[in-house]
Amino acid sequence: MPQTVPRRVSGTDWLRDALPKLVLSPSLAVVLVFVYGFILFTFVLSFTDSRILPSFGWVGLENYQKLFGLRAWGIAIDNLLIFGSLYIVICCVVGLGLAIFLDQKIRAEGFIRTIYLYPMALSFIVTGTAWKWFLDPGIGLQAVVRSWGWEGFAFEWIKDPKMAIYTIVIAAVWQTSGFVMAMFLAGLRGIDTEVMKAAQIDGASTFALYRRIIIPQLRPAFMSAFVVLAHMAIKSYDLVIALTGGGPGTATEVPATFMYSYTFTRNQMGIGAASAVIMLMSIAAIMVPFIYSELRERK
Amino acid sequence: MASDVRAGASAAAIRPVGAPGSSQVIRTGGTARVAIYLILGLFCLYYLLPLYVMVVNSLKPLSEIQAGGMMSLPRDWTVEPWGKAWSTAQIGVAATGLRPFFLNSILMVVPAVALSTVLGAMNGYVLTKWRFRGDTWVFGMLLFACFIPFQMVLIPMARLLGLMGLAGTVPGLIFVHLVYGIGFSTLYFKNYYQQFPTELVRAAQIDGAGFFTIFRRIMLPSSGPIAVVCIIWQFTNIWNDFLFGASFSDFDSQPMTVALNNLVQSSTGVKEYNVHFAGAIMAALPTLLVYVVAGRYFVRGLMAGSVKG
Amino acid sequence: MRKVFVQTTAALALIAATSGVAAAADVEVLHWWTSGGEAGALNVLKQDLEKQGIGWQDMPVAGGGGTQAMTVLRARVTAGNPPSAVQLLGFDITDWAKEGTLANLDDVAGPGGWDAVVPAALQKFSKYDGHWVAAPVNIHSTNWVWANKKMLDELGIAAPTTWDELVAAMQKVKDAGKVAVAHGGQPWQDATIFDAVAMSTGGPDFYRKAFIDLDPEALGSDTMKQAFDRMTVIRGFVDDNFSGRDWNLASAMVINGEAAFQFMGDWAKGEFLNAGKVPEQDFLCFRFPGTEKEVTFNTDQFAIFKQGDAVKPEQAALATAIMSPEFQQAFNKVKGSVPARTDVSVADYDACGQKAYEELKAAASSDNLIGSMAHGHANPASIKNAMYDVVTAQFNGEYDAATAVQELVSAVDLAR
Repeated sequence: MPQTVPRRVSGTDWLRDALPKLVLSPSLAVVLVFVYGFILFTFVLSFTDSRILPSFGWVGLENYQKLFGLRAWGIAIDNLLIFGSLYIVICCVVGLGLAIFLDQKIRAEGFIRTIYLYPMALSFIVTGTAWKWFLDPGIGLQAVVRSWGWEGFAFEWIKDPKMAIYTIVIAAVWQTSGFVMAMFLAGLRGIDTEVMKAAQIDGASTFALYRRIIIPQLRPAFMSAFVVLAHMAIKSYDLVIALTGGGPGTATEVPATFMYSYTFTRNQMGIGAASAVIMLMSIAAIMVPFIYSELRERK
Repeated sequence: MASDVRAGASAAAIRPVGAPGSSQVIRTGGTARVAIYLILGLFCLYYLLPLYVMVVNSLKPLSEIQAGGMMSLPRDWTVEPWGKAWSTAQIGVAATGLRPFFLNSILMVVPAVALSTVLGAMNGYVLTKWRFRGDTWVFGMLLFACFIPFQMVLIPMARLLGLMGLAGTVPGLIFVHLVYGIGFSTLYFKNYYQQFPTELVRAAQIDGAGFFTIFRRIMLPSSGPIAVVCIIWQFTNIWNDFLFGASFSDFDSQPMTVALNNLVQSSTGVKEYNVHFAGAIMAALPTLLVYVVAGRYFVRGLMAGSVKG
Repeated sequence: MRKVFVQTTAALALIAATSGVAAAADVEVLHWWTSGGEAGALNVLKQDLEKQGIGWQDMPVAGGGGTQAMTVLRARVTAGNPPSAVQLLGFDITDWAKEGTLANLDDVAGPGGWDAVVPAALQKFSKYDGHWVAAPVNIHSTNWVWANKKMLDELGIAAPTTWDELVAAMQKVKDAGKVAVAHGGQPWQDATIFDAVAMSTGGPDFYRKAFIDLDPEALGSDTMKQAFDRMTVIRGFVDDNFSGRDWNLASAMVINGEAAFQFMGDWAKGEFLNAGKVPEQDFLCFRFPGTEKEVTFNTDQFAIFKQGDAVKPEQAALATAIMSPEFQQAFNKVKGSVPARTDVSVADYDACGQKAYEELKAAASSDNLIGSMAHGHANPASIKNAMYDVVTAQFNGEYDAATAVQELVSAVDLAR
């Protein structure tokens, strides 16, 4: 269906014709310079011997060779895959579920919604400490449950190199799932109740109703949620630093912590830039087709 | 999209009509409702737990924390950590507490949020109602910009800010946040305006209304809910940002997160966890306030049925 | 090309300085001393300067033992807006000097007689190319053991002086059902222990060869393997919840009588004092067994950044104030470290502090004052972190000692 306003044919009124583009152009200009320009800059840096500050001694592919020789980089990539997919899926499931439940004329809805939403307001600089304590077997959940008399209870994920990445998922879901819930709730409230009533009269089961009619209509909400979540997953830095610092050992290293550490802590800016380039390429590989297909369907 | 088809049918659809909010689909017997409340309650616990840890420990003397028992209620209740975090804790050389840094943050956050929201609204308006050849590409480029890792842009950004004479200034910081906020604010507004009946815009245009008039008279009045979402998002991100705030500020413009970080991250000193937690909650209060206050309008806006089909 | 960049950066710095970004006769100081004691002590410096009519513009950025501040510094220098003075550690000073960003302090250091009072091991960092570029504030020594005296007395353990005695002592504690070693599993903490263990295992010559000269033979030697083996032994005496624990929570375990020993630098003393404990009565401080004569150190220094051609008068005044015996004495008493000058009276320091200062002076004169690998005073950041990776991975049981030695050689090679 048509979305576009047909422009009036008026050859003289150039300004009116160009106005929308003029309004958009500053945004486009800054993004071209400060995003795409910087990507290009980073791309160039990744072929140089930059260490503490950018320098331009060409070293070819050396940084990339070093990067893929590093054990920590492989771990970081694996972790991002595990963390990113779990995080996005769980957030969507929890967010959608809570939104559906909260949409059932719940008493004190506003209050509950605020509770679900507030974690987004807190920075991980400190909630990290609270989570760290809570997950620590010596002082947190495990200790409390054991003090209640359930001696066999064990919850030591944060200390276990194989499980630690999942504790990061728990804390990350805690932070954003409420926001995702709000997005879905907004979507649910935007759906035509008439259609639902008609379907209900036709005898559709509750489950079928959600599956066939309601959830498909939430597609824009899913898209927004996916973009928000994917961006949070890739940028997760504060969270990992606050919770595990990349440990135990290097078990919870993610690309963002890797890149920061090589660029700024280890003074190997060239390798840091190379990791940023690989990161961006992977993001592009996932996001570009996604954005493309979403945008095409809107036409 | 199904919802769009009917959206244009009536102008009333865009005005607040106070339609009922909940769609309540699950036909509920007693047990189902109990189960729903139970689940919602359990999730409340999940979301509140870290806050509990923070609040409880911010009301204890430090000795109690050091002796263990970080999860238990205080034996000696005290509000001293709060006073300390606010006005006497050592942030740098001076023992100022977090107080002076609030203003710095507000001076930065308010303009940055306002500007990026307005810009996002304009962009969304153009991209949905004044489409042109290649607009999808433009939107795609803006959207992909959301994904750039901030650590990567630090050095080139510093260089350009220096060249523009904005290094270490509040306008510089606002500019940085504006640049990296465009992607999301445009996304929010575009998705929202997409549902908005284009026929109305066309009709106004035939009546001779110009680009800005249509925006002001027709689009803006119905943008409440999405503006709230956008403001919440931008406010949270900018208020909580540490990396840019630390790197692009000067001694007299350091935002609150930098101060909080200084309070919390001392490397070789004694860690006063109770003061840290008090400070953290305090630092989050403005965002919490935005959530509580704006959250209400958020829902009210949604209930007004502005995006109802 | 690097030259060009540095030159433009310097030129920008000049523009920034002349256009009044930093107001005349004020010093802007970037540092990460934000906790009560340290910051309070730094306030002495501020007041000192204010008496001379020089304003202090405070730019604290804490976190990661200074790494956050280093990130900010990079942004500031790149923007052409460097602070007047910056707290820097070890090789970072050299790295920034190499970029041509540090000012020459010879005209301040000469009349101040710095050459005579600062130990040569520190001058290695304070000077670049023979010229003073930074003023040292303190010396932390990192090879300390902190012990709960009551527990040792009850178990009949004397302060161990050799590795074997240490192992026996740790075993005794473990058998008594307590935690032998309070430790936090963070890379720098693992490396702090490894530092002491390597020194104890191979002695100062081996330590220098391996960590300072980066001699592949020493790095790949059997002595190194033995050091890693000893790390495995220590790992056996650490409790299960060690990973990710902050160092001060580990200190608390010793303070509260849950654990017997902590291997940590002298800043841990503050935690003990703060908990109302008295040195020699409630807790013991002694060097890691087998490193009694050596002192591995790190030193905080203030590097003066170029803000024009010559050192500005207020920058010179700041450097002079930092080096004054009164400031060094007062500051280090609070900080738990010892003065960078060797001619300061420490009569009013506590027992551990006095002991530390005497041992330091002895080590300095016998050439046993050696930069700590774990704290960035043996090799540059890239290599230090590459070593962290291996030490941490091995300590967490990701691979055995033999593999660790090979990994160490290749990691160092990769990071050079």
